[in-house]
Amino acid sequence: MKLASRDILSLEEMPREDIELILDTAHSMKEIIYRPIKKVPTLRGKTVVTLFYEASTRTRTSFELAAKYMSADTVSIATATSSVQKGETLKDTARTLRVMGSDCVIMRHPVSGSCHFLARVLDIPVINGGDGMHEHPTQGLLDMFTMREKKGRLEGLRVAIIGDIYHSRVARSNIWGLGKMGAKVVVCGPATLLPPEIERMGVQATTRVEEAVEGADVVMVLRLQLERQQRGLFPSSREYSRLWGITRERLNLAKPDALLMHPGPMNRGIEISTEVADSPQSTIEDQVTNGVAVRMAILYLLLGGGEEK
Amino acid sequence: MSATEKARIMDEEAMRRAITRIAHEILEKNKGTEGLVLVGIRRRGVPLAERLAQQIEAIEGRRVPVGSLDITLYRDDLTLRSDHPVVHRTEVPFGLQGKKVVLVDDVLFTGRTVRAAMDAIMDLGRPCLIQLAVLIDRGHRELPIRADYVGKNVPTSRRENVKVKLRETDGEDAVIIAEIG
Repeated sequence: MKLASRDILSLEEMPREDIELILDTAHSMKEIIYRPIKKVPTLRGKTVVTLFYEASTRTRTSFELAAKYMSADTVSIATATSSVQKGETLKDTARTLRVMGSDCVIMRHPVSGSCHFLARVLDIPVINGGDGMHEHPTQGLLDMFTMREKKGRLEGLRVAIIGDIYHSRVARSNIWGLGKMGAKVVVCGPATLLPPEIERMGVQATTRVEEAVEGADVVMVLRLQLERQQRGLFPSSREYSRLWGITRERLNLAKPDALLMHPGPMNRGIEISTEVADSPQSTIEDQVTNGVAVRMAILYLLLGGGEEK
Repeated sequence: MSATEKARIMDEEAMRRAITRIAHEILEKNKGTEGLVLVGIRRRGVPLAERLAQQIEAIEGRRVPVGSLDITLYRDDLTLRSDHPVVHRTEVPFGLQGKKVVLVDDVLFTGRTVRAAMDAIMDLGRPCLIQLAVLIDRGHRELPIRADYVGKNVPTSRRENVKVKLRETDGEDAVIIAEIG
């Protein structure tokens, strides 16, 4: 049982068998998070580096906790306080980390495809912690894990993804991953925030939120990325909230046992109402816990074994 | 790596007798079931622990808790293996603090699995003592570990493989010695 690839870069490239292996392994890892002593010696002596060129709390913390629970050492580099400010290139930064003895690099970067570049210049595993508008594969995996845990399956689920699909790497990873696992995905948002020809990714697209939510098993609300909205792709957050915000009435159109998901952080009152965010249908906190389990599984599968025999 | 069957050293009846005897020995040594818990090491230690618990219940009329332990994440030889062992779930749904823990496994060989299991147990709580029950002790220890209860001692060569088959996992009860070809 081994992953086909040395790196975790995108769910578009990841074979279905690898997704299954990661989700199955994460299922076993979850138990460790609930132990009084959250520590197993699996990755003792390994060093995991998080290299974040963009702000993040939960992804970085989640990876660091996952590594620490398995006894790896972690080094966290936020570029705002690093040599990147002095003009060092990504390649040189990464190589420096490598020669210092790190065993794995987790990177978040504002440029799509940057993790692929990094994987080509490094001979250690690279994990994509979000690259530009491209993908956020570990978020996609933890979302799928949460759906499978709550619904018992992914095959045949109707998943509505609501929000800024255009800028969302979370949406892209989920679309590729869920499609591979046999779920049916509907995306919905303002026309200006839906990528052209999105249907080619195998999803249904609509601008009417009621149509997307109706009969859904899962309603996934995306964060309205206010920092990426400088070009004025919709009139105002108030109008966005009125037309696409997920409220109790809209959520009632989904199946009665539908899950409400959000990758966080939430803009309460804009894309999601506080009432539904805190409702029993909400899996937002489970997603955070599951994120640690999924990342433990990934680190174990990438670093736990070696080629030498 | 192929393996050819050389001898069957235990059948269903022999296995039943061995488990009954170990159950009596556990009760004698621990003076009953007070504070006693059984923890099987995945995979085949788990059904063996379950059978021991049934025997103990038949003798004493009291059920002792049974847990299962996966030691994959505690192995010290992960990097020596070309493949990743599959991680299973550890399920010990009771506290181990101050308990008498009997670890149960099918075969005792190098002792590395038992060492890993003891580490795992210590992470779950602090028992007052840990004992070890195995169906087969085949020798070749690499660590200073010995079993408290042994179904059968089977001196083997390193070229041989001892395979325990259980009804629950393999459809039959048998212990087989195979030559590694």
